[in-house]
Amino acid sequence: MMETTSQADISLEALRAGDRAEFARLVDAYSAPIYRLGLRMLGNEQDAEDVLQNTFLSALTHLSSFEGRSSVLTWLYRIAVNEALMSLRRGKPEVNIDDTDSSDDMDNMLPTQFVDWGALPENVLLSVEGKHALDRAIQNLPENLRTVFLLRDIQELSIKDTADSLGLTESNVKIRLLRARLSLREQLSVYYGERINQEKIND
Amino acid sequence: MTESSHSNCKSLLGTLSDYVDGELGAELCREIEKHIAECEDCRIVVDTTRRTVDIVHASNYPKTDLPDEVRDRLFKRLNLAAYLKPSSK
Repeated sequence: MMETTSQADISLEALRAGDRAEFARLVDAYSAPIYRLGLRMLGNEQDAEDVLQNTFLSALTHLSSFEGRSSVLTWLYRIAVNEALMSLRRGKPEVNIDDTDSSDDMDNMLPTQFVDWGALPENVLLSVEGKHALDRAIQNLPENLRTVFLLRDIQELSIKDTADSLGLTESNVKIRLLRARLSLREQLSVYYGERINQEKIND
Repeated sequence: MTESSHSNCKSLLGTLSDYVDGELGAELCREIEKHIAECEDCRIVVDTTRRTVDIVHASNYPKTDLPDEVRDRLFKRLNLAAYLKPSSK
């Protein structure tokens, strides 16, 4: 959900006029979600902190060119995602951040796992092991799906704000979100399928 | 989902995200519900997709706060140390 300070409370005019106190308020309003995004995208606190600092340094530099067509938060997310992707690229030169999506047709999404684990209780699904399985599955998502998934399902942006943050169309966001969710479902189905089988063997 | 009689399964997939988010129109919802009443594989896919999204949202709380020392360093880096009042947490 949105953080405690809504964007309506931040004056773009004051920011553009160089009002330091207003910029400090902007930082306090949005630094936590930006930091969490960095943590999720990069997986460690140091890199997340670098993304956080670079995002607001960049925002400070480019405030004058921010036209206010998107929300301030969406704009900050766009900067943060670019910072995080640059950081990933530095660490792993082979990371593919090419946005051309040759695989947006449905054929690659057809489910292959039909384990009926949906009725497992929450104390299993949200156990430490269950959360680790989920985290691993998220880490396994290809970058172009993971970024969409993180903004929409973890940061809880709307489809439109996710699209604006990434410079994608809403329909592209929707299809990537679906692919991400189906991939997570497949991976969790394998994980819980093995657990269910194991319990049957042990019984 | 591979049998020829299951030609609806693939089209169902395209509306799955909207369905689990509660953003699908009533008529399409009825179509899905009619289909999954007859197609066990699709019923499982719909149930486990919904469950996947549920646990993603549930595991997202409590949200990580910005650590105080990270906030301190951020304010200093941005030359905002003068505004480094205690956070409202």
